[in-house]
Amino acid sequence: MSLFDLLLGIPLLSGVVMALINRSPIAARLNIAAGFLTFVVALALAFQVLEQGSILAHEQAFFLDPYNVFLVSLTAFVAATTAIFSRTYMLHEEEIGRVTASNLRLYHAMFQLFIFGMLLALTTNNLGVLWIALELATLATVLLVSLYRTPAAISAAWKYFILCGVGIALALFGTILIFSTSSETLGHGNDALTWTLLYKNAENLTPQVITIAFVFLMVGYGTKVGLVPMHAWLPDAHGEGPTPISAVLSGLLLNVALYALVRCKTLVDGATHGDLAGKLMMGFGMLSLVVASMALHRQRDIKRMYSFSSIEHMGLMTFSFGIGTPLANFAALLHMTVHSLVKSGIFFTVGHAAQGMKTQNMIGIRGLIRLQPGIGWGLLLGTIAIAGFPPFGVFASEFLLMTAALQSYPWTICLLLPSLVVAFAGLFRHVQPMVFGVPPEEVRAVRVNMLPVYIHLGLALVLGLAIPGFLADWYHNAADLLHRGAQ
Amino acid sequence: MKLWAYNILQAALLIGLSPLAAAVLRKLKALLQNRRGPGPLQTYRDLVKLFNKEPVLPDRASWIFRLAPYVVFAVTALSAAIVPVILVHTPLSAVADVITLVGLLAMARFFTALAAMDLGTAFGGMGASREMTFAALAEPAMLMSVFILSLAAQSTNLSTVTDTMLNADLGLRPSLAFALTAMALVAIAETGRIPVDNPATHLELTMVHEAMVLEYSGRYLALIEWANQIKLMLFATLLINLFVPWGIAMEATAVNMAFAASAWLLKLLALFVALTLMETWMAKMRIFRVPEYLGLAFLLAILGMLTHFILEVVI
Amino acid sequence: MISAELLKQLLSLAAALFLLTAFALLAQRHMHALLRWFAVQGVLLAATTALVAYAANVHELYISAFLALVLKGLLVPWLLWRIVIRLGAHREVESLVNIFATMLIGAALVLFAYYVSLPIQELSFVVTRNIIAIALACVLIGMLIMITRRKAITQVVGFLALENALFFTATAATYGMPLVVEIGVAFDVLIAALIFGVFFFQIRSTFDSLDLKHLEVER
Repeated sequence: MSLFDLLLGIPLLSGVVMALINRSPIAARLNIAAGFLTFVVALALAFQVLEQGSILAHEQAFFLDPYNVFLVSLTAFVAATTAIFSRTYMLHEEEIGRVTASNLRLYHAMFQLFIFGMLLALTTNNLGVLWIALELATLATVLLVSLYRTPAAISAAWKYFILCGVGIALALFGTILIFSTSSETLGHGNDALTWTLLYKNAENLTPQVITIAFVFLMVGYGTKVGLVPMHAWLPDAHGEGPTPISAVLSGLLLNVALYALVRCKTLVDGATHGDLAGKLMMGFGMLSLVVASMALHRQRDIKRMYSFSSIEHMGLMTFSFGIGTPLANFAALLHMTVHSLVKSGIFFTVGHAAQGMKTQNMIGIRGLIRLQPGIGWGLLLGTIAIAGFPPFGVFASEFLLMTAALQSYPWTICLLLPSLVVAFAGLFRHVQPMVFGVPPEEVRAVRVNMLPVYIHLGLALVLGLAIPGFLADWYHNAADLLHRGAQ
Repeated sequence: MKLWAYNILQAALLIGLSPLAAAVLRKLKALLQNRRGPGPLQTYRDLVKLFNKEPVLPDRASWIFRLAPYVVFAVTALSAAIVPVILVHTPLSAVADVITLVGLLAMARFFTALAAMDLGTAFGGMGASREMTFAALAEPAMLMSVFILSLAAQSTNLSTVTDTMLNADLGLRPSLAFALTAMALVAIAETGRIPVDNPATHLELTMVHEAMVLEYSGRYLALIEWANQIKLMLFATLLINLFVPWGIAMEATAVNMAFAASAWLLKLLALFVALTLMETWMAKMRIFRVPEYLGLAFLLAILGMLTHFILEVVI
Repeated sequence: MISAELLKQLLSLAAALFLLTAFALLAQRHMHALLRWFAVQGVLLAATTALVAYAANVHELYISAFLALVLKGLLVPWLLWRIVIRLGAHREVESLVNIFATMLIGAALVLFAYYVSLPIQELSFVVTRNIIAIALACVLIGMLIMITRRKAITQVVGFLALENALFFTATAATYGMPLVVEIGVAFDVLIAALIFGVFFFQIRSTFDSLDLKHLEVER
């Protein structure tokens, strides 16, 4: 029984178990327990990698290198804290009758299955399995988005399903193309899709085929990342689903999709020695950044607004990975981490705020700080953090990103900086009245659990003040690994 | 000189047998519908009767109306002479290719429509407008599907195409299947069979071809009917000799030609049985669906062309 | 064993037929005929896979051929048909689409796919490389079906046709993906089909119709 088995086995098993448990309080507790167990295993794995370097398991079927191991621990961590938040949140939803007990059973089972899908996608060494795992993660969340059975929720879930389905189908086409060229050198079998082998033999892959394959992968996984113009599903899905799901979709699934994209990019870099893949990613990333930062202003729904902010940040990361220098990769990895932490923290707060105010419409949400200071401060600090104010980690990563952009493509600053300012203005325009205004008469405080929010923001703060030495080494290793392909 | 004689002979055979073919088709259909149906010589008797009758001309008929049947018959008979029937290489088919064939048929159609409009009757105008609409869609489809064959044979000459189909090792070519289907669809529309048109109907809502020739009588009607029968035979022969030419005579020897003739007749019979089955099985489609039907034929031809370039051309 | 040349020709034939089924799906208005063509496509896929398995002597592919036959040729069409009957939608006809225009767009997509895959054709050493163009065209046509249709079920058929096209690419152009991947993908498709089924009932009970125009909710 290796740690790998545990890492994947715990979520899968608990998902199955929770499909059988009808009592939601027990299931919610079990959910937390499973989350923490997974996190502990992920940490143990991380230390193992820290000591030994990359590890392979089950005859190369799984592997951990500096790049994915930190994502694994991040995913397990956010999943665990989301489970804590979800307990308070979903039980309240059950009390007010928005969900039934059987719906909650589906919710808990699918939640764990979703975590399993993401962890499988992160740890697998096989590009085909990576695709399957991402599709599995999508499928697991589709029914969760439509959990409330409102017309808006169902149409959001349908859109999510169809658009991501098509997108990811294109990614499969790209994977097949890669296989068609790699099977000529690596033989007709699992080896030809094994990433570590592909990475070593990238020289032997036909550049033209790989380039076309990457275009498909870019569009395919890019849909999943939520890049403009394939982003139409994202605000709907994040806005209409239960808030814990919005938190993990925004904080984790987007990361995993981007992870897949970057993995493929390193192959293309290795095969073509050109910067086409990087340029493509930079273009999509920049477009997402610009469009999303402007769209932020026009939102009425609080969760939709923050999901546009997610698009903006995913665009930023994609752009940064696209630049591809070690510094840019470092910035992108750091940004991935802090964005996950802060954004899921914000969604926790938003969930509580919406429960307290009984609406997701931002016009109806007023005076949070007077009604429930915890929520008010949480939202304010979270927004400050995500907007890139010092001393939070987002500032550090965005600063590094700007530096990297200035080194390689100075002119992009003309677009990057204004977009960030526009996004900042958009966020605060909406957040300020929500936090400070006068609360409506009829609302009263709800039971909240702000602990996960404070943990997340605290971690983001720590990362902003000083990145711990081992973490910095780690990022450096990963950034170099991703850069090596381009040389 | 001998080849010229054979050429005329095989054209005459096609023209002479075409009333019989129409009769056989009618008989087969009757049998399927549990009727006895008219005998195989009935069409000849009809033609003879019509030729002997004095034609009645409408008051307003101009010389175009009187000229049209002769042109239609002559042109159709000429196109029968350029199609390989029994012998592949004939002098006439060497000078005329498939574009000429389509042009000749278009000319026949043009004169029919002109004559129909000449009188200024409602039916004539309606029939002519429908016929021309369908023709505008059918002709490109027909040309496209023949072009697929021409691409394989690298010639638009019908004899060369038949020759290639017969002798070259083409292997399995999906594009040919597309071409065959498209051509069959066009042939059904061009010869006015069910489901596009019903040669037996005189219902004003559904008539296409019959509406145009409604005013003809006597020898004029006979010529037009005969031309139609030739056209049916022509398209059947074209389908057979372009796609399944096995048995056709490459050299003009007696044995070869006798064998080719019997093969041709057998294949014709098989084709007619298939046609009858289809006509009995299907209902006539609404007239506004016909453009869609012809569009389908056109599309199939395009697909055939695309598959030819994608799958069959070796880069 | 069959010769490489014959295999190539048979595969080309299968590709052409596959393209034909894609167009048939694009052109069908009637639910019943649509699902029947979809099943035909599934069976064709299975037959092609079995052919490749036999010719290339890859035994793993027999399993995926079997999976394709059972899942795509029988189970999924049957499930969809059951759902259609239960929802009482089996007589529904889609009238919105201009078939001929759609078909022309489809033909244009084939051309586009051809140009996109030209570099692959020039460089790849696989015998069946030219099939990638057809397969890509079928993928694009699947997307076109999804774009042009307004009914939930037809959209799903488009989605599954797209998935079929991907399978076809995998078998015809690369002699099949590794078994783990094939089975995983098939499993995903099955789950997707089941979720689609759940969705039909959710959509139906919320909107009283399977017409997707109701889904455009004001936000």
